Formats: sequence, C-alpha cells, structure tokens
Amino acid sequence: MRMLMFAKRCAKEILRDPLNLMFGLGFPIVILLLLSAIQANVPVDLFEIASLTPGITVFGLSFITLFSATLIAKDRESSLLQRLYTTPLKSLDFILGYMLPVIPIATAQSVLCYFVAIALGLPITINIIYAILMIIPITIFHIALGLLCGSLFNVKQVGGICGALLTNLSAWLSGVWFDLKLVGDTFGKIANLLPFVHAVEAEKNMIVGNLTEALPHIYPVIGYAIVTTIGAVLLFLRQMKKQ
Amino acid sequence: MEYIKTVGLTKKYKELVVVDQLNLQIEQGELFSLLGVNGAGKTTTIKMLSCLTKPTSGDAFIDGYSITRDELHIKRIIGVSPQETAIAPNLSVKENLELMCGIHGFSNEKRQAKINELSKQFDLHDILSKKAKKLSGGWQRRISIAMALISEPSVLFLDEPTLGLDVIARSELWDIIRSLKGHTTMILTTHYMEEAEALSDRIGIMKNGKLLVVGTANELMEMTSTDKFENAFISIVKEERI
Repeated sequence: MRMLMFAKRCAKEILRDPLNLMFGLGFPIVILLLLSAIQANVPVDLFEIASLTPGITVFGLSFITLFSATLIAKDRESSLLQRLYTTPLKSLDFILGYMLPVIPIATAQSVLCYFVAIALGLPITINIIYAILMIIPITIFHIALGLLCGSLFNVKQVGGICGALLTNLSAWLSGVWFDLKLVGDTFGKIANLLPFVHAVEAEKNMIVGNLTEALPHIYPVIGYAIVTTIGAVLLFLRQMKKQ
Repeated sequence: MEYIKTVGLTKKYKELVVVDQLNLQIEQGELFSLLGVNGAGKTTTIKMLSCLTKPTSGDAFIDGYSITRDELHIKRIIGVSPQETAIAPNLSVKENLELMCGIHGFSNEKRQAKINELSKQFDLHDILSKKAKKLSGGWQRRISIAMALISEPSVLFLDEPTLGLDVIARSELWDIIRSLKGHTTMILTTHYMEEAEALSDRIGIMKNGKLLVVGTANELMEMTSTDKFENAFISIVKEERI
C-alpha cells in the first residue's frame, strides 16, 4: 500500500513531464517513420521494418533510463526524499516504488512502436506479443541502470551521462543504425561484451518467431539486468544512509 | 512532562565534531527553538532526532523510544518540514497531501477527512487542484508544513520554516505554528531572532556543535544584561557566555 502510493507518485512525475513524453514516446516513433521513409526510397536491409522496429524499441529504452535517473537525481537534490526518509517507508518501498511504475511506461513505449510498425507494414503475428514480452528483462536492465545513475549522479550529470552518452552508446553499440561488422572486429567484440546488441538481436529473433536464436542473446541481458539491479540497490541504500 | 531527551548525543564526520555531547530535555507540547550561526549543528541535531542520520555516540529518546533502536516507531510519531520546501512538484496540492496520507497508511475515509481538515486549517481549498510547482514560495512552504502534519505527529521538526518568505507569508506561517503550540511538541531552527523570540517557549543556542545555553528569551536577555534578544544572542555566541 505505502509502496504503491509512492510508485503512483513516481509514475505521475514521469508522465507529467512533457519532455519525457516527447522523447520517450515521440522520438522513437519519429525515427521509425524517418528511417522507414529512407528505406522506401533507398532500400537497405537493416532498415526493413521487421529488422528496424526491434532495434528502435530497444533504443527507446535508453530514454527510460534517462527518465528514472532524472527522477531519482531530482528527488535526491530536493528535500522531498529527505522528508520521505522520515516516514515509515522502508528501503524496499523506495526501490520498488522507483522501478515498478516504469515497467508499464516502457511496455507502452514498445507497444506504441509496434503499432506504428504495423501501420508501416509489419505483418500482424503472435510474434509481436512475444517480442513485447521479451522486452521486459531488457526494460529491467534499463530501469536498474537509471536507478544506479540517479543514485550516483546529480541532475546535470544525469543529463550528460544518460541523456547524451548512454543514448549514443546504446545506439552505436546495438547495431541498430549500422552493421557492426562494418566497423571492424574490435568494435564488434566490444559491442558483444555489452548488452545492447544482444537485446536487439533477441528482439529481432523474437519478431520472426525464432526463440532458439533469441534465447542465447537474452541471457547476457538478464545477467546484466541482475548485476545492474544489485549494484543500483546497493548504491541507493548507500546514498540513503548518507542522508 | 519530559517528551524529548538527548543523552550525550554526538555526531562526528571523521575528525570533525558536528554535534558534541548534546544533553537536552524538551517538555510535551513545548516549542523549543535551536539557534546558532551556520555550522552550529542545528540541522544535524534535527537529522539525528528524525532518524535521518545515526549518532556517532549517545542517544535520544522521544516519548521514551530510542532514535537508535526504535527507528520505525519514532518515524510514526514525528513530522518533518525540511529546510527546503519538500513537495512533489508535478503533483497537485491535493495529490501531495494524498501521497503523505497513503504513505502513512490512511484509509480512504480518513484520507479525505484529513485533507479537508488541513485544507481548512491551512486555507488550501482554492489551490487544491493546482500543481505544487506553480505556487509561490510561501504557499509551497505552507503545503510542506501541512504535509508534515498529515500523520498527526506528536513531534514536529521545523527546519528554518520561514526562510526566504515575505513578511506576510511569514506572519501567516507564524499563526499556523502558534495554533499548534500546546498539543504538538515542536523543535524549530531559525536564523531570525524575532521569530525565535515570538514563537518559542524556550530557546537553546548552539555553537560548534555544543549547546551553550538554554532558557526563555527573557532569561537569556537577563543573563546577558541586554534589552534586545538579538543582542543577547550575539553576546552569547561571541563571548560564549554560559
């Protein structure tokens, strides 16, 4: 009950910020439309709708990291969190309260991307549902990364690190915009050590119903999600004690 | 009846002693002001008493409960209005109050009743649906204090509640604080001497983490042979007259 009230408040704070709506929901759609228009004129395999949409849904999640990190950093900078620390809310209430409301927001973002993709010609199959389900562990990784960054950095730093650096890293190292093989072995190896390319590959395989190929890619993402969540929780608890 | 008691309460950050062996007793329903220049240890004392930070040594008891051992119980009986306005900016005034009601586990009926009661007490009816961030500093501070009172706390900590407010907003907040006297035990920190003099039952003056003196405003003026409370404060802090 207490946690749900806090979670509800976090959801409202995120959804009532017009910049969040513009970047979180609008920006991935704009990119999807833009790249589909390019694909219509200059066909590129990478930008075919069945290949592009999974990449865009994963890329869109980097904004979810930005939202959660910004919310936590803002709360830390204001006295609101200090006030809430003096109430019967427990550590777990705070952590779940920050993480849980972002899951439906991220899912809605993916659903919206797939709706637009359907309008652009993506065939309607049950695989879309599976792809949306597959995005949940990827979402948890991105939310945990937000909690981690929000616990570590101030609002300005979060803007730079999550808003600029992370969105770019997630774009370059995920193979959404270009084939990683084109950049060379080293770049490809680095990308494969990180979760972004695996998240995109898992989604791409799910959308064509290839679960066997999707699973080996989702495991590293789940591993990253677990490690990041543990790190985020420890950092949040540390900053809570520092109050 | 003694309601708050600190026993050798101390806070150190590495070698820096921020609060040094604080021994203090505050009566139930009393408004006790903690004064001191910046860095005197007022806010750290409030942070320890409200379980935001743990003391390095010593303890404090509120209604007999220890701040080091009975944290959850203490959190149920205190309200805190932090130094800066502590509200959720994108939530309406009503939603801010509902948030605090929910966090304290109120039923829907009690929630509604409490919001009505506080809206009347703080004159919030006309702004209930407005977003908190769109209100003036005075109104935000008023809401911040209303939020601290949601849980019907027996102890209210007011950390510089009127900082940065205009004369009218300050006077209105003073009226609200006065209306709480007697039934809510309050600890107030402020840099405004006239505020401490006008509102407090007793005043404690801190310097470098130590409590130099405790008494009523009149007692402190008598002690320093001054006719203005501000002069008494300056005299005590500058000369450390105890």
